[in-house]
Amino acid sequence: MASDRRIGVLARHLGVEMDFESHTATAISASPTSGFQGNSVFSHVVRAPEDPILGVTVAYNKDPSPVKLNLGVGAYRTDEGKPLVLNVVRKAEQQLVNDRSRVKEYLPITGLADFNKLSAKLIFGADSPAIQENRVTTVQCLSGTGSLRVGAEFLARHYHQRTIYIPQPTWGNHPKVFTLAGLSVKTYRYYDPATRGLNFQGLLEDLGSAPSGAIVLLHACAHNPTGVDPTPQQWENIRQLIRSKGLLPFFDSAYQGFASGSLDSDAQPVRMFVADGGELLVAQSYAKNMGLYGERVGALSIVCRNADVAGRVESQLKLVIRPMYSNPPIHGASIVAVILKDRNLYNEWTIELKAMADRIISMRRQLFDALRARGTPGDWSHIIKQIGMFTFTGLNSEQVAFMTKEYHIYMTSDGRISMAGLSSKTVPHLADAIHAAVTRAA
Amino acid sequence: MAFTTAMACRLIGRKSVIGARSMSSWWRNVEPAPKDPILGVTEAFLADPSPDKVNVGVGAYRDDNGKPVVLECVREAERRIAGKLNMEYLPMGGSVKMVEETLKLAYGENSEFIKDKRIAAVQSLSGTGACRLFADFQKRFSPDSQIYIPVPTWANHHNIWRDAQVPQRTYHYYHPESRGLNFAALMDDIKNAPNGSFILLHACAHNPTGVDPSEEEWREISHLFKFQVKNHFAFFDMAYQGFASGDPERDAKSIRIFLEDGHHIGIAQSYAKNMGLYGQRVGCLSVLCENEKQAVAVKSQLQQLARPMYSNPPVHGALIVSTILGDPDLKKLWLKEVKVMADRIISMRASLRENLEKLGSPLSWKHITKQIGMFCYSGMTPEQVDRLTKEYHIYMTRNGRISMAGITTGNVGYLANAIHEVTKSA
Repeated sequence: MASDRRIGVLARHLGVEMDFESHTATAISASPTSGFQGNSVFSHVVRAPEDPILGVTVAYNKDPSPVKLNLGVGAYRTDEGKPLVLNVVRKAEQQLVNDRSRVKEYLPITGLADFNKLSAKLIFGADSPAIQENRVTTVQCLSGTGSLRVGAEFLARHYHQRTIYIPQPTWGNHPKVFTLAGLSVKTYRYYDPATRGLNFQGLLEDLGSAPSGAIVLLHACAHNPTGVDPTPQQWENIRQLIRSKGLLPFFDSAYQGFASGSLDSDAQPVRMFVADGGELLVAQSYAKNMGLYGERVGALSIVCRNADVAGRVESQLKLVIRPMYSNPPIHGASIVAVILKDRNLYNEWTIELKAMADRIISMRRQLFDALRARGTPGDWSHIIKQIGMFTFTGLNSEQVAFMTKEYHIYMTSDGRISMAGLSSKTVPHLADAIHAAVTRAA
Repeated sequence: MAFTTAMACRLIGRKSVIGARSMSSWWRNVEPAPKDPILGVTEAFLADPSPDKVNVGVGAYRDDNGKPVVLECVREAERRIAGKLNMEYLPMGGSVKMVEETLKLAYGENSEFIKDKRIAAVQSLSGTGACRLFADFQKRFSPDSQIYIPVPTWANHHNIWRDAQVPQRTYHYYHPESRGLNFAALMDDIKNAPNGSFILLHACAHNPTGVDPSEEEWREISHLFKFQVKNHFAFFDMAYQGFASGDPERDAKSIRIFLEDGHHIGIAQSYAKNMGLYGQRVGCLSVLCENEKQAVAVKSQLQQLARPMYSNPPVHGALIVSTILGDPDLKKLWLKEVKVMADRIISMRASLRENLEKLGSPLSWKHITKQIGMFCYSGMTPEQVDRLTKEYHIYMTRNGRISMAGITTGNVGYLANAIHEVTKSA
C-alpha cells in the first residue's frame, strides 16, 4: 500500500533497515490524534500566573453579583458605567470608511508619516524648536507599551548605559518591558506612604546617586498607579539634577490631556526638558485620551542633538521594528491623523477630553465627601490631591481582599483604584466598602 | 492652565544652560542602518518619475490596472463594524472569535485538535508577529535549540530569529540549475540536523522562490520527521493560504499531512495577502500540544511574551476577519475573491512565459509556470536586475525575485522584453 511504498523509499534514502513490526504495532495502538513521537518538546512548559492588572477584569467577569464594581484596568467609563467611543472618533472612522479611495497597504516601518508629525507636535508643541530644527525622530508604535519596548530595545543596542531607573511604584508592565528589551532595571524612591504624596527627598537622593548616563523613566503626568505628580518647581529641580548628572530621560506619556484636562499643561514636564536643548525619549499613547485602547496607537519620539543624528537613529529604530512586527497597524493611526489635522475635530476632541477629565475630578470629590460623611478614620485628602485616572488609596492587600470578598469591589492588590470606573451611583457602595475595610479589617 | 505654563517658562529661563553644557549627542556613534532590501525597493520605485516604471518588488497584490485592492467582503465587514460600541482592549491573546475561525482554516473545519482544545493559539501582528512570538517562545522554553531556515527564504526570517537570540542554521532548498526544489539535499540536511532542531517550513507558495514540494515530497518530509530518532519540531509559516492554488484547503495540504502523521507543529498565519489586510497586521500563532492542559499553559506563556511587547493586539483587523469568517455569505464571497486573485496571478505567469518564448529567448522559462504563489524566482543575477532598474525602470529585489502580482496585461509585454534584453546574451 501507499504508505509502505513511502516507507520503503524513505528507508532506501536513509540507508536504514526499517523495523516493520514495531511500526505496525505503533500504528495499531496510536490514536489518530496522538503524536507518534509521544512527548511534545514543550511538555515542560508551566502555566504562567495571571497578569495582575488584566487578571482583575478576568475575576470581575466571573463574579455574578449585581453590585460588583470593576476598578481594575484604567479604561474610561461614563457615569452610566459604559465604555466610551468619542464622537470625534466616530466621525473620523465614518470619514475613513466612506472614503473608497483608501487602501490597506502596508504602512512604512516607521508608520503613518502624518500621524508621526502630528503626534510630535502634540507632545512637544507646534512651535517646538526641536521639531523646527528636525532634531526629532518619531515612529508610530503599538500604543504606549510598544513605544516603550521599541525605545528600550534601541537603547539596549546603541546606548552606552544599560541601566534604567524606574519609580517605585510604577505600572506593573514597566519592569518586564525593559528587562525583555535587554536593560537592567533599578528603582528610585517616588511614593511616600506616610504622606500619600511624593517622596521628593528620596527621589533626589536616588537619582543623585545613579551612575552617569543612566536612563530614567519619568511619568509625564498622572503617575500610574499613585496619581502623585511633582509640582512644576519640583520638575525643575528634577530636570536640573538629571541634566547635571548626564542622565537620560525617558518619558512615558499615557495621559496627556487626561490629567488636568489641558493637553498643553499636561505636556509641560516634557517640554521643559526639550527647552533646555538636551536629548530625551518619549512614549506616547492614544489609548486613554482618544479612547482608542484596542486599536493600539502610540508613538515613540527621540529628541536628538541634531538632524543628522535623528536620521541615523530613525534608521536604527527600523531595524528594531522590522523583526518584531514589520510595520504598525494602520487603522488607529489614521483616525488620530484625521482628528489632529482638522481644526474643528481637534477642538471637539479637546472638549470631549476635558469632559472625561472633569468627570474623574468630580468622582474624586464625591468619594472624598462620601468618606468624610461616614466619618471614615484617616486622612483621605490624597484622593482629591492625586491626579489622573488612578488613586492610590493606601489600603493594604488584606483590606483589598476583604473589599473584593464582601463588597465585590475589584481592584489591584496594591490599593490602586481606577477613578474612571466609578460613577455617582456607585460611589456610595465603594465608600461603604472602604469604611468597612478600614474599621473592621486592619 | 495658563499659570502652570507661565510658571514653567519662568523657571526654565537662564537655567537652560545646564542642559546644554555637553554639546555632543548620546548617539553620535550610531551608524546609519542599511535600507531594508525589500521595502527599500518600493521607496526607490516611488521616487522614480518615469512613466514606464514597473514595481514587481513588494509582495502586495495589484489588480490588472496595477491598483491595490480592498476586497468587497472587507468593505462590507468594515461598514458593519464602523459604528461599533467600543474600542476596548482585546485580551492579551487577542480576539477569541477571530482565533477560532483562523484555526479552522489551518487545521480543518472539523479538526479533532480544535475539538479537544489541544491548540495554544494567540492573535498576532500578522505573520511577522507570529514568527517573532514563536521565536521568543522557542528561546525561552527550548533555549538549547536552533532554528533551521531554508535557503533562500524571506529575508526577515533571519532578522526575527536573530533578534530572538535563537542560533540559526540553514538547509538546502532551492536548486538553481533546475530552478526547482533540491529535494535530496533538503532531506539530508534535515536528517543531519542535531536532535531537537526546529525546522522552518513554508506551508505553500514559498517566498521568494515560488518552489513548493509536491504532495508526495511533503509526505516524505513528514515521514522523515517521524521515523528519525531525532525529535525535530516543524514550524510552518503560512502567509499565502488560498493565494497559491486559489483553494485554501488545498494550500493547507502540507500542514494536514504533518497533522495526520501525528506531529506537534507550530503555525504562523497571516491575513495580509489572502484578505488584503496588509496594513491592519492581523495574524495568528498556534502551537499544537499534547493535551488541553498543556495548551492552556503554552498559551499563557505566549501571552507573557506579548504583554511586554505590545500588551494586546489591535482590534480592527481582527474584527474584520471574524465578521467575514463568521458569516457564511461573506465567507463565500471571500473565497471567491481569493480565487480571483490567485487566478489572475496564474494567468500572468502563463502570459509572461509565453511572451518570453515568443521573443525567442535562448533560456528556459518553464519555471515561471511551475512555480506557485506571489513570487517567481527568475534566475536573473543581481547585475541583470540592476540593468532592469537602470535601463527599464523595473523594480524588484536583487535576488531576481519577481512579484507576479505587480504584472498586468498592460505591462507584461514591456517586462518580458526587458527581461529578454538583459538575459539574451547570458
